[in-house]
Amino acid sequence: MRCIVSTTNNTTPEQNAHAAVLDANLPDERGHFGIYGGRFVSETLTAALDELQATYLKLRDDEDFQKAFDHDLAHYVGRPSPLYYAERLSDHCGGARIFLKREDLNHTGAHKINNTIGQALLAKFMGKKKIIAETGAGQHGVASATVAARFGLECKVFMGSTDVERQKLNVYRMKLLGAEVESVTSGTKTLKDAMNEAMRHWVTNVDDTFYIIGTAAGPHPYPMLVRDFQSVIGRETQTQSQEQIGRQPDAVVACVGGGSNAIGMFYPYIKHPEVAMYGVEAGGLGLEGDDHAAPLSKGRPGVLHGNRTYLMEDDNGQIMGTHSISAGLDYPGVGPEHSWLKDVGRAQYVAATDSEAIEAFHKLTQLEGIMPALESSHAVAFAMKLAATMPSDKVIVVNLSGRGDKDIHTIATLDGVTA
Amino acid sequence: MSRIASLFAALKTTGKKALIPYITAGDPQKDATVPMMHTLVDAGCDLIELGVPFSDPMADGPTIQLACERALEHNTSLRDVLAMVAEFRTTDSTTPVVLMGYLNPVEAMGYDTFVTAAVTAGVDGVLLVDLPPEEAVDVDAIFKSAGLDMVYLIAPTTTDERIEAIGQAGSGYVYYVSLKGVTGSKALDVDDVERNLQRIRQHVSIPVGVGFGIQNGTTAAAVSAVCDGVIVGSAIVNRIADNATNPAEAQRLVAALMQEMRSAMDQ
Repeated sequence: MRCIVSTTNNTTPEQNAHAAVLDANLPDERGHFGIYGGRFVSETLTAALDELQATYLKLRDDEDFQKAFDHDLAHYVGRPSPLYYAERLSDHCGGARIFLKREDLNHTGAHKINNTIGQALLAKFMGKKKIIAETGAGQHGVASATVAARFGLECKVFMGSTDVERQKLNVYRMKLLGAEVESVTSGTKTLKDAMNEAMRHWVTNVDDTFYIIGTAAGPHPYPMLVRDFQSVIGRETQTQSQEQIGRQPDAVVACVGGGSNAIGMFYPYIKHPEVAMYGVEAGGLGLEGDDHAAPLSKGRPGVLHGNRTYLMEDDNGQIMGTHSISAGLDYPGVGPEHSWLKDVGRAQYVAATDSEAIEAFHKLTQLEGIMPALESSHAVAFAMKLAATMPSDKVIVVNLSGRGDKDIHTIATLDGVTA
Repeated sequence: MSRIASLFAALKTTGKKALIPYITAGDPQKDATVPMMHTLVDAGCDLIELGVPFSDPMADGPTIQLACERALEHNTSLRDVLAMVAEFRTTDSTTPVVLMGYLNPVEAMGYDTFVTAAVTAGVDGVLLVDLPPEEAVDVDAIFKSAGLDMVYLIAPTTTDERIEAIGQAGSGYVYYVSLKGVTGSKALDVDDVERNLQRIRQHVSIPVGVGFGIQNGTTAAAVSAVCDGVIVGSAIVNRIADNATNPAEAQRLVAALMQEMRSAMDQ
């Protein structure tokens, strides 16, 4: 068995973690982050993943590709997204200053578009005319349908039938954008099953179809390329922090479902150990039961959807159903780089419950006039707790990964308001 | 010699090809599986691929997905599947049994625990569809040192270089996936299979089984002419599904299909 970090008796775990991350240039060429990641797929997909990997590694350093990507991030997405000092929220918490990285202000309302632009450009460079995507809440589906319209590609989105029902508005949005939405009725009828079905479709149509995975999980090279496309979040935060506070923050906080917004924020900070990193999982009804979606907090390593990572599974290795108020965090796995960051101790993973997230949603709305997505509300909830424990000269940056318009219906229902 | 190697050696002397059925263990009930395995052998099958149910069978079409769901409704676990093999072995000590499924249930049990239990139960080989040879390096050695054969997949998209590597890593036989798709897909193209088999034979010295899209005696016979084993899954599982409340009828229909294929292949 491979070993993640060699631990000897004369070094502390912190020193080992530090050494491991400073040495690391991950993933390795087969997509491993320590024991995590890799490529666990049936043979038919191997050639397509090899082709994608080769194309990406070539284009990553290609000037024309980078220019096209940067152009669209600036003029289509609207980057850089602001770094905003949430003064009234900070005062309310009574501790560290809280800044918000405003990914909610991106075109389509979330960080997802950074990645779909990147992957759609890859599809275009590879000459693929059709794209497919999986979606839970519908944010990645909308972002994929959007870039399909932008680049003139055919788009099919796989979505669990439960999610189709609870996210009707996003389904309609995708259809307006010209995408076909395929309702998936297998398994738990949610995000994990949508991903299974997208993989099945891809196996069958691998010659002319590009699969845009929405999170930093899946078989290599997806976790790497999604991370790279999302890393613009962390890089901008570094520049903006320097400009606005004259240094880097003491902590960065992001919610973690599959973990794409979090890895986008974390990645540029991994080799800056003075910046603490907190990933906030969906605690659902509480970590003591099974009604949550917190594999890093309560799961164990296993293999699903093409990579080895922390999973919510039963004793027999069957994947468990998950629960979160936020459909975007309702996933039993997590990106493999987060599993590695957890094991080496570079990032800490905590959880916020449904009710803590809802409370944070209301607080940010009332104190700052910013309605966060329920996913991002988990990060806000933890940051508020963390801020209260820190002195006022400390700084926390929260990745506000998406806006809450899509969740108004959920909040209204909870408040007993029927629209 | 392993049971699988003996089987293919014996078939070679008679000029016959292996008929290899797949069923999902625990579908539709746990106690239906062992009788069905005996039915398959009695109907002329040579080797049984026994599916280990998984909650997320990413490489399978609707037929086998639903079979997994039926089996998991009453919690058919990997331990249950091994118990079924042990029970089968009490009256059949010659027919090879290959467990087919996904990596996670095996990883959850622990590789050493699994290997010991599998060998004790009388399992001959393992085919984990989401475990390509590159990721299997550690596991492969544990399995093989215990005498379990490692069956790997080859697909139409597999390059010559990889076919060579898979041919060397695999033991028992290799499983050629006849088309780009999931299990239970449309009928295969025999000419296409023949062309690819010629390519595979240049690099692979162990027997080659062909699966995906084989639904009747005619296709089975055509495919068997160019390979060493014909693998049939969804066509069987559909008959089990259609008669989920009537195991006797399911056995009768499955036996009829296997007999049809057997006699078509042997002509």
